[in-house]
Amino acid sequence: MLELIKNTIDFLSQPSISLTMILVAFPFVFPPTEKFDVWHRKLKLHKIWTKQGGLIGLVFITLYFFLGFTDEHFSLILKKPDNVPIIFIIYSVLFFLWLSMYQAYENDKRMAAGEPVAEYYPAKEKVLVWPDLVFIEFIALILMTVFLLIWSIALPAPLEQAANPTLSPNPAKAPWYFLGLQEMLVYFDPWIAGVLFPSLMILGLMAIPYFDRNKEGSGYYSFAQRRKSIFIFLYGWLVLWIFPIVVGTFFRGPNWNFFGPFEEWSVAKVVALSNVNLSDYIWVKMLRIGLPSNPLIRESVGIVFILAYFGVIPIVLARGKLRALLEKLGPIRYGLIVFLALAMMLLPIKMYLRWTLNLKYIIAIPEAFFNI
Amino acid sequence: MADNERKSLGSRITGSMVWTSIFRTPFPTTRSERLKSILNNVFLHLHPAKLSRHAVKLKYTWCMGGLSFYLFIVLTISGILLMFYYRPTVEYAYTDIVDLSEQVPMGIMREIHRWTAHMMVITVLLHMFRVFMTGSYKPPREFNWVVGVLLLTLTLFLSFTGYLLPWDQLAIWAITVGTNMARATPFLGHEGPGAALLAIGDINLVTMSSDVRFALLGGRFVGESALLRFYVLHCVALPFIIMIMMSVHFWRIRRDGNISGPL
Ligand code: HEM
Repeated sequence: MLELIKNTIDFLSQPSISLTMILVAFPFVFPPTEKFDVWHRKLKLHKIWTKQGGLIGLVFITLYFFLGFTDEHFSLILKKPDNVPIIFIIYSVLFFLWLSMYQAYENDKRMAAGEPVAEYYPAKEKVLVWPDLVFIEFIALILMTVFLLIWSIALPAPLEQAANPTLSPNPAKAPWYFLGLQEMLVYFDPWIAGVLFPSLMILGLMAIPYFDRNKEGSGYYSFAQRRKSIFIFLYGWLVLWIFPIVVGTFFRGPNWNFFGPFEEWSVAKVVALSNVNLSDYIWVKMLRIGLPSNPLIRESVGIVFILAYFGVIPIVLARGKLRALLEKLGPIRYGLIVFLALAMMLLPIKMYLRWTLNLKYIIAIPEAFFNI
Repeated sequence: MADNERKSLGSRITGSMVWTSIFRTPFPTTRSERLKSILNNVFLHLHPAKLSRHAVKLKYTWCMGGLSFYLFIVLTISGILLMFYYRPTVEYAYTDIVDLSEQVPMGIMREIHRWTAHMMVITVLLHMFRVFMTGSYKPPREFNWVVGVLLLTLTLFLSFTGYLLPWDQLAIWAITVGTNMARATPFLGHEGPGAALLAIGDINLVTMSSDVRFALLGGRFVGESALLRFYVLHCVALPFIIMIMMSVHFWRIRRDGNISGPL
């Protein structure tokens, strides 16, 4: 029985399956439109953001880690001192997600009933910082200090063998907060996964206040008033940020192969890599004439595909579904938003192309280090 | 001496000449003294004297910004203590770290520093998440959100540069993985797209010993000069910049009308 559960979890943890589940569930759990909201409520998913929902979630995660700590393979990974923060991060990200959604749903209910939000009356009342705030800060500070002291006494900081530039560990992992980027290296070259995507993340985050011109929902928790912006942010935060970190930490073993949490990290695991470039598919497999020597002709299909993805889709959307957005925000903001959104979609697209077609590169010009 | 004239120890201290010379207001008991105690103290005056009730509630801000700042202070103090013992050279770095836990009395300073650093990354991320979920980046706080994103980036870089200093296998390989990506920077890395375009005649300007990775490491691989560079970045340059950005951040919180609210 226990074995069956563990094997099931191992199976479901594969990025291809877990990501699909997350992506399918996402719009139903965080409905971006009224239509999805109808389904959200029909499926009773709004119950997640109640006290019972939170409690059930807590029990499940704790069971998961309990299972992990009692398992001979998973516990090895969980007990690595530098992985302990990831356990905190999983708990705290989910807890605070719940806490903010819980308050948002309470406020949405109030507003639907024509009442002001929970923060409204307290906001009118002024209190003195000494003692009201200074006291809370003092308590928070003491609790944090105690927590850190216990953690530091209980768990020695890791120290491995002295540095040896000739002996590389397998797997060699970046610090946990960069493991998301390292995970993206599976699907993209370093210039995208390590340079372009992080830069876009930073710039995209900075741009949020200039893109989101919705004046409602400022200074209190709410979801109904800001569905779309919260949906996009949570997609970036949970799917593009936290999820790859968790995969990179827990599920990537020797040779960066996938290992289910309860699987043994064996160096011997061989995964057949037979990835093929788009140009190979076209010229060799379909047309059977061999690769042209001029790289631009060779990669023309991929280049057209990428240009169409970033160039044509925004124009098509501007005439159709997103016309209202264009009119509201103007062409510059509109163009940047759609570009960033398409870049955010590029990761899952490439992942699925890899899993289904074994596609290596859409454009492959290794002569100029330009592979997408 | 009559009983009612006997003063408690507490009020003797707070009434003493030394105490009153340090604190510009007496220990606050009345409303106006409480207001003044915030205004007259350089540390407390980061706060306003009065705030809306919702803004001091834990369930609104989660205290995450405040905790991030506190963790930064813990990191500064424990970091200074570590600097007394640590020498950033290939010869000594590793053994100094070993000595820290084996020779130094109460040697948990390294643990405190490392776990606090992890914790700070977490609290800063959660703080950003809170600010988003309360919509607090909306006008007039747009720019402070931008400053916040810079603070997040700086926090990650601080943590990353510190990761190399123990000079063990974990350290150099994590940094090797991380900095290898810099090779592929478009135009500026020697294996980046477009780098070949930056050439005069036949001479490439961006090579293995002149690209961004080289600038970061001070060499072609993670070695002596990389250790020194990361040490200086970690202990001097980045803390200096982050402190300036934090000052801007706190100043703007006050100028933008304190903590956001529904009014
Ligand atoms: C080193 C990192 C940081 C420190 C020490 C810090 C500190 C603080 C503090 C003490 C506050 C007061 C309210 C609170 O505690 O929530 C605050 C508010 C704020 N922070 Fe940060 N912060 C940091 C990073 C960030 C980041 C990463 C962002 C966003 C990307 C951000 C954006 C903001 C904004 C917009 C406010 C105003 C919130 C409001 O009025 O409700 N900060 N920060």
